[in-house]
Amino acid sequence: MSVKLLGERIKRKEDPRLIQGRGHYVDDLPLCNMLYLAFVRSPHAHAQIKSIQLEEARKMPGVGAIYTGKDLDGRLGLIPCAAGIEGLKIPDHPCLALGRVRYVGEPVAVVVANNRYQAADAAAKVEVDYNALPAVVDMDRAVAPSSPLVHESLGDNMAFVAKLEGGDWKAVEADASVKVLKQRLVNQRLAPLSMETRGVVASYSPGEDTLTVWSSTQIPHLLKTQLAVMTGTDEARVRVIAPEVGGAFGSKLNVYAEEGVACFVSRQFGQPVKWIESRRENLMATIHGRDQIDDLEIYYRPDGKVVGLKCRILADLGAYHQLLTPAIPTLTALMILGSYNIPAVFVETKGLFTNKMATDAYRGAGRPEATYIIERVMDLVALELKLDPVEIRLKNFPPPGKDIVLATGVSYDTDNYQKTLKKVLTLSSYKKLRREQARLRKKGKYLGIGLSTYVEICAMGPSSRMPAGGWESGTVRVEPTGKVTVLSGTSPHGQGEETSFAQIVAEELGVPYDDVTVYHGDTNQVPMGIGTFGSRTTAVGGTAIYLATQRIKRKMARLAAHKLGVKPGEMVFRDGKVEREDGSKSMKFAEVVGEAYFAKQLPSGVEPGLVENFVFEPPNYTYPFGAHVAVVEVDGETGEVSLRNYYAVDDCGRILNPMLVDGQIHGGLAQGIGQALWEEHVYDENGQLLTGTLMDCAVPKAHQLCWFETANTETRTPVNPLGVKGVGEAGTIGSTPAIVNAVIDALQPFGARHLDMPLKPEKVWRILKQGPAQAA
Amino acid sequence: MIPEPFEYHAPHSLAEATRLASELGEQAKLLAGGHSLLPMMKLRLAAPRHVIDLGHLQELRYIREAEEKIEIGALATHFQIESSALLNEKCPLLADTAREIGDPQVRNRGTLGGSLAHADPAGDWPAAMLALDAELQAVSAQGERWIAARDFFVGLMSTALAPGEILATIRVPTLPARSGDAYFKFRHPASGFAVVGAAVRVKLSEAGHIEQVAIGVTGVGAKAYRAADVERELVGKSPTARRLVEAAAHAADGVEPNADLFASAEYRHHLAAVYVRQALERALEKARA
Repeated sequence: MSVKLLGERIKRKEDPRLIQGRGHYVDDLPLCNMLYLAFVRSPHAHAQIKSIQLEEARKMPGVGAIYTGKDLDGRLGLIPCAAGIEGLKIPDHPCLALGRVRYVGEPVAVVVANNRYQAADAAAKVEVDYNALPAVVDMDRAVAPSSPLVHESLGDNMAFVAKLEGGDWKAVEADASVKVLKQRLVNQRLAPLSMETRGVVASYSPGEDTLTVWSSTQIPHLLKTQLAVMTGTDEARVRVIAPEVGGAFGSKLNVYAEEGVACFVSRQFGQPVKWIESRRENLMATIHGRDQIDDLEIYYRPDGKVVGLKCRILADLGAYHQLLTPAIPTLTALMILGSYNIPAVFVETKGLFTNKMATDAYRGAGRPEATYIIERVMDLVALELKLDPVEIRLKNFPPPGKDIVLATGVSYDTDNYQKTLKKVLTLSSYKKLRREQARLRKKGKYLGIGLSTYVEICAMGPSSRMPAGGWESGTVRVEPTGKVTVLSGTSPHGQGEETSFAQIVAEELGVPYDDVTVYHGDTNQVPMGIGTFGSRTTAVGGTAIYLATQRIKRKMARLAAHKLGVKPGEMVFRDGKVEREDGSKSMKFAEVVGEAYFAKQLPSGVEPGLVENFVFEPPNYTYPFGAHVAVVEVDGETGEVSLRNYYAVDDCGRILNPMLVDGQIHGGLAQGIGQALWEEHVYDENGQLLTGTLMDCAVPKAHQLCWFETANTETRTPVNPLGVKGVGEAGTIGSTPAIVNAVIDALQPFGARHLDMPLKPEKVWRILKQGPAQAA
Repeated sequence: MIPEPFEYHAPHSLAEATRLASELGEQAKLLAGGHSLLPMMKLRLAAPRHVIDLGHLQELRYIREAEEKIEIGALATHFQIESSALLNEKCPLLADTAREIGDPQVRNRGTLGGSLAHADPAGDWPAAMLALDAELQAVSAQGERWIAARDFFVGLMSTALAPGEILATIRVPTLPARSGDAYFKFRHPASGFAVVGAAVRVKLSEAGHIEQVAIGVTGVGAKAYRAADVERELVGKSPTARRLVEAAAHAADGVEPNADLFASAEYRHHLAAVYVRQALERALEKARA
């Protein structure tokens, strides 16, 4: 047998260079004659640009040029939006503001200088004369007829209205036992905040007429197409490289103004141009996540069965659409029923323009909002009926494995929610926790236990339902020396697929793991690709590589069989050999490779060489699920919430490398817990960003968290031959409601029903201050 | 995040530094650990023409015992203070306070003097300085003077230091017999600064009454202050649980509490009472031990 690789805790190929600081990020690129950009950004949420004075700035040392929106108008294309929603309004989104600014941080002008210090100093000398206008900040007010307009030409602030209705509402209305509960939930705005900020180097070579772009991006191939269109460059002459990318969380699944401007400037000068985003810019001008108000009507029977759910979503899209901005809240509607068979659903989603930075995909992208809604719904109904949160969930789960089509029209690939729930209850000693909680309450200590039994939509996705193709490509090339090169169209940026992809290929070919090298992120190297997002990389991209490997194996089996005088179907790949199952006829792996390249005795019709490509088109999404239990302690004097235990059981299908799965879950939990307890990205009533530095923007830190107890169930998906479903977003999706449910649970002696996130100590203290509830 | 151009000076002695500070006057900013000044410069909220880097003044990095007192050079880092055997034994409040500051990177670089001279209303050190009745030595080209901690903090980010003066030494009394001290802090989840911080030093009489008590409070108002009303309620009294609660309720009397995105004035007022009481309880426990 070959060494077993799949399912093992194989150490990451990426880590030695990353841990030792030997990786290369965009900012590490040394190019000759580099020019540097600094952007002049709007200090206003909404204003008319009266004039821009450039004289002083132009006199500053080292300044090569300064461009404003007018200079770029007609010479550099608009920032693209790929979302397809019926009736969607898409306002023009120029790379530099034209006439009006619509959010704080919007780029107004760009300074080109010999170094970044000169660029920054000159940018500070650009004088922009603004006429401030009233800002649209609050969503409830944005829909009012009297509201100022973000885009006057569009007539109102409504980018789109989408409705999703399904199931038998007549039956719900006819049932006299049905009660209705109303609740408003606010899902606050967040900053994705990757460790590495954005950055781009664009290098146009006039001699070759080629444009090479290094960008900290999740989607090098899509970016290549878009930059070619925006800059009017022949796409065959554009190359995009995503070097080491230090995190993204969805924020680099985009095409940004600064990328377009860098390409434009490089073409003007025929020199390389660099821009590295500052943290301050990152917080104000990289996309934000979440930001919804969800008004719920919950229809339920006295036995705890939820029979209908209505939700009116106000989604804050910000001032302009980035690549997928309007599509994100539509995922909330799609997944709003979570893991429950609720027979009737109605969701109305209003996407609103406001004078803020655009929202877009942030880890989970629409699904954390859906999961938060449905998991709070379950607890709200349980509270109303005095049921245990476990009981209400069991009452509303569909029976396992029944291929149910939900009222939303969604049909899940796999389900067994009872199993993950049961496992997490055992893992957490749930009943014991409840007894401890009762004991502590008598002593005036407030322990909270919160559940979340989520389901998410992953492995994006079938091309028919994706804005720009949902397939992925994988190439496997066995080199003449027998070493193996793997090319993926995905663009991992921390997830670790250099490791898991090598595991797949090495195990399939029976070659040493160290003989396999995985490349991604260079459009001149990888023939085609989509990128890394939507928990798709292994499920879609890994499958493409697995299937390309099967093609390699078929060809090598044929070559070996031809040489050995046996049938290709008899050949197995193990221990660096291609041989018969019983070992009676055998060739070394390298010998078979030699046959392919030296091409002395190829079977007829077989081409020399060993390179195969496979483009995998997924027939469906996958729907991973899980069950989480959070245990929190609330300080009875200050309202401070501390996390005591966290138990997570996740089912992401087949696990290729448990260490990578743990890593994804741990990071995801941290971000989801961060939203529940600390994080919020806040604009004031004038549209000024109040959380513009890390002194105010409370991202989660290790010392605020607790030990995570994680476990898995492995229900393989039939959607791809690997059986993997995806795990990148699961932790974020599952954890936020578990924490909020836990805090509300802790506050039961005080009669709390709901608090909006983040659950800052003061909010909790105000509940404590009211004193014990009458009923308690 | 790039500061405006400035001229950089790196004196190698305190004498050279004071001469530079006197020459350059208000055009110059002193750089110690840089944790406050450099971010402000990078955000272009501060744009000094000259920066005098005190980093080379090894003469200000000491911690030493001087009779009944301990003297600390202004450039001693938080980590030096946290890990000083002398301070852990004879003035544990300082070591305990240092441990509550930032993270290891911050503590390795940030300095006591830099933090005090910056006088951030949410800084940790001012509370301890007030509770210890510390004396602060300001040195200038003209000479030197000692300033009492309670006169040092003048207002929001402003101190009694005159232009041209450099904070050189911090002098604190050692912990007397039958005494205990404590620093309790409610950390801001983003900055790690004190939303409220309470530093207490208490001395018990042989009968177990409170003989002396000093309480410094930071984070609540525009500047750190002594919770004089709480002290008055306690001196000469037996520290019963109830008395501590009642006294601590006055922790923010006469102070207009700060309000921000994280905590309202009302909540800060409440936290001040809770944290002062908790710090008192801990300090008393240590005093009795």
